[in-house]
Amino acid sequence: MKSAVIVFPGLNRDRDMIAALTKVSGTAPATVWHQDADIPDVDLIVIPGGFSYGDYLRCGAIAARSPIMDKVRAHAERGGKVLGVCNGFQILIEAGLLPGALMRNMSLKFVCREVKLEVVNADTDFTRGYTKGEVFRCPVAHHDGNYFTDGDTLNRLEGDGRVAFRYAEGTNPNGSMNDIAGIFNEQKNVLGLMPHPENLIEAAHGGDDGRALFSGLLGQAA
Amino acid sequence: MTSYQNDIEITPKLVADHGLKPDEFAKIVALIGRQPTYTELGIFSAMWNEHCSYKSSKKWLRTLPTTGPRVIQGPGENAGVVDIGDGQAVVFKMESHNHPSFIEPYQGAGTGMGGILRDVFTMGARPVAAMNALRFGSPDHEKTRHLVSGVVSGIGGYGNAFGVPTVGGEVEFDERYNGNILVNAFAAGLADTDKIFYSKAEGVGLPVVYLGAKTGRDGVGGATMASAEFGDDIEEKRPTVQVGDPFTEKRLLEACLELMATGAVIAIQDMGAAGLTCSAVEMGAKGDLGIELDLDKVPVREIEMTPYEMMLSESQERMLMVLHPEKEPEARAVFVKWELDFATVGYTTDDLRFRVKWQGVEVANLPIKDLGDEAPEYDRPWTEPRLPAALAASDVPQMDVADALLKLMGGHQVASRRWVYEQYDTLIQGNSVQRPGGDAGVIRVEGHATKGLAFSSDVTPRYCEADPYEGGKQAVAECWRNLTATGAEPLAATDNLNFGNPERPEIMGQLVHAIKGIGEACLALDFPIVSGNVSLYNETNGRGILPTPTIGGVGLLPDWSKMARIGFAGASQVILLVGAPANRGTHLGQSIYLRDLFDRRDGTAPHVDLAHEKRTGDFVRKLIRSGIVTACHDLSDGGLGVGLAEMAVASGIGATVVDINDHDPILQYFGEDQGRYLVTVNLDPQGEELTALWKEAEALGIFAPWIGNTGGANLVLGDARAVPVAALKAAHEGWFPSYMDGKAA
Repeated sequence: MKSAVIVFPGLNRDRDMIAALTKVSGTAPATVWHQDADIPDVDLIVIPGGFSYGDYLRCGAIAARSPIMDKVRAHAERGGKVLGVCNGFQILIEAGLLPGALMRNMSLKFVCREVKLEVVNADTDFTRGYTKGEVFRCPVAHHDGNYFTDGDTLNRLEGDGRVAFRYAEGTNPNGSMNDIAGIFNEQKNVLGLMPHPENLIEAAHGGDDGRALFSGLLGQAA
Repeated sequence: MTSYQNDIEITPKLVADHGLKPDEFAKIVALIGRQPTYTELGIFSAMWNEHCSYKSSKKWLRTLPTTGPRVIQGPGENAGVVDIGDGQAVVFKMESHNHPSFIEPYQGAGTGMGGILRDVFTMGARPVAAMNALRFGSPDHEKTRHLVSGVVSGIGGYGNAFGVPTVGGEVEFDERYNGNILVNAFAAGLADTDKIFYSKAEGVGLPVVYLGAKTGRDGVGGATMASAEFGDDIEEKRPTVQVGDPFTEKRLLEACLELMATGAVIAIQDMGAAGLTCSAVEMGAKGDLGIELDLDKVPVREIEMTPYEMMLSESQERMLMVLHPEKEPEARAVFVKWELDFATVGYTTDDLRFRVKWQGVEVANLPIKDLGDEAPEYDRPWTEPRLPAALAASDVPQMDVADALLKLMGGHQVASRRWVYEQYDTLIQGNSVQRPGGDAGVIRVEGHATKGLAFSSDVTPRYCEADPYEGGKQAVAECWRNLTATGAEPLAATDNLNFGNPERPEIMGQLVHAIKGIGEACLALDFPIVSGNVSLYNETNGRGILPTPTIGGVGLLPDWSKMARIGFAGASQVILLVGAPANRGTHLGQSIYLRDLFDRRDGTAPHVDLAHEKRTGDFVRKLIRSGIVTACHDLSDGGLGVGLAEMAVASGIGATVVDINDHDPILQYFGEDQGRYLVTVNLDPQGEELTALWKEAEALGIFAPWIGNTGGANLVLGDARAVPVAALKAAHEGWFPSYMDGKAA
């Protein structure tokens, strides 16, 4: 599976994401600068974490209005896969590719720690490396990960299997609704999540619980 | 045209307002042979203040060991550079941002972080690790919570957005910092040894290029402010604090590294304290060149800025470079890509003058070498520190050992700093193999299969107050020990010397003695000082802080997968106390047992036997590298009892320690004797391997008694009641969040 990582100024987990994709798939992803005219023909587009444009407006709001996002949207509409992690998730929400909002953490503080995630829907290309109900370790590092949406949308997300991951075992770090950590779009070809599976893929990270997301997605053996 | 009076009368009051003494002003007049202009006075005040000139400390700093086989660059550049083999170097420095952080904690601490990161990437190194050593006033002081909260979120706000992992640091509380907190920020970067960039300009008629953010009025006079004591008018100084923009800093990092890769850069200097003035003068003076600046070319973000303001602005995220002229278009393209300012603001000249033009008028024309080299240097009078009396042998205040342990673990000195470090991104870049909470932070070195770097920041200010010389030694020894406890070979250190007003002989005496102690320890431990910063005048209304010479050290691990951690690794393992005196622990003077449980700050500071320290550390490191050590922790605050409790809490595994007879358990468990490590090994206590270990230790003159075993759910210290590890953990984790929630200190 071919992949590309979009880089906006201010993102800072682009290198972590590129390393994870490279280590798991054996091939480095294409790197696309936000001013590039086109995204190469790939199966998966990844928007990594960080602080695009300093997050001086609502997190992700400025990047979401960048011209390159039209290409990302077109890719998603064609059924191509899009993964947004942390600031990438915020950007996908601001771009309207995913519903809801990511508000400031309930504690009002940035939080970097390890949490537990429960796999809510393992029946997608993104999550097939896991089994339904499986609980795995994953780090978080964010200031605005408190997922919120209206009741109808929440019901649809829950009812249509669009909740990908939930914070488990009382480890919700931000107060998000229904402990939501990651969600799909309707077609389940777009996934946004706050935690950082790319920071838990090898022994040096203290474990490889995050690896299955990439190996499942990239079609490699775990 | 704006009206700007450059040729105003320089009155004694104006001179004093610039922090210059009458004799210093007389020296200026003698140097240039006339009265300075207003702009020139500003330039001199910026270059000659304590912060930039080190005028009170230079004489003593020169005595520090700064060289070694691995040292590529010692003090005098933006940061120190140390060879870590394989063509790679670690570039690091620690710097204070004390005064601004007290006045405006969020921006003060954030820009402190920004400044130190810039020092590192200015040299061509990508920052890979950060630490910060924070000292606040008493927990029950009315401003403390506000300052803790602001400083921590300020550091997080800047460092997290910039994208560097915080791997360690310190947080301490003492009433002596009530009116003058300390924020010491450390950063380290990685570079190739053949691609290090320096500030020395070379070549005449070459463009001096301004890069990064625009210049505003923020921070005008900041360095001068940082070189004065605080009085009650402190709130009025808020406008001298700069405002940070980590987004611009991150772009500046990427742009600088891209630019350096093009081969366009001849010299580079970040605009830190005293901004444009200091950076331009340093680049020129170091290269024996003059510099001519045209201020009309400087990108500004405020209207009607005067030359005085432009020269003294401390706006953040700015750089000055001398570039190869033929590469200028390439260089400009990099900065256009990152949407940063790029402006040629001057040229190098061959006449050693520092000329500043504005609206066609020359507003300053000064001898460039004299601005730096001729800065006043003082041999300030100092007095021998008065040392406290030793505690009487019988003076061992008693408390139940288990109660004392729980109180210390749940007290402000020892309690977990999780509340602080969880607000910092500790794992970005994916290389943090040991995150905060242990003896040292460890990262793996990108581009190498096994190599790791360890980082620790240390000083025990209460020891320094009691005995600046022993305290200086101890700061270095403890840093060296913390690195060693992971299995790392300590390479070199940076020092951040925080003291009171050097014009008072007793404060100067502290500085002189602390530097002497630091120097001796660095020499004995092969641990040279390669960069540093001095922060003086840390006083409010005439009362100085505790003398606080913070030491930030870097160590090298050939294989990070063999490093030691502090948590017990399993049950039924043998616990050794390596480097112990015959009675395990003896020294209660200046301990936290006395201070925090009996409100006593007396006795002598513990003595550091440097030869013993070296032998013990080398032995422990060898054990770790041999693979037999399952956990290791150095002993510091709270001695053996707290050390064991920390190892238990980190793992959830208890331990049972057997008392020695005829020795006061209080001394044994809470004495703060130096040079000790707790080491666990998974060996048969009667077996040959352990016998061999003891033989080797004995031959080296190191006592390494077997004091107990790991296992169970309790920590049992001799005859004291068993303390559940869960209770220790609750105490340890509880204090900080509960305090910050507003509960009693």
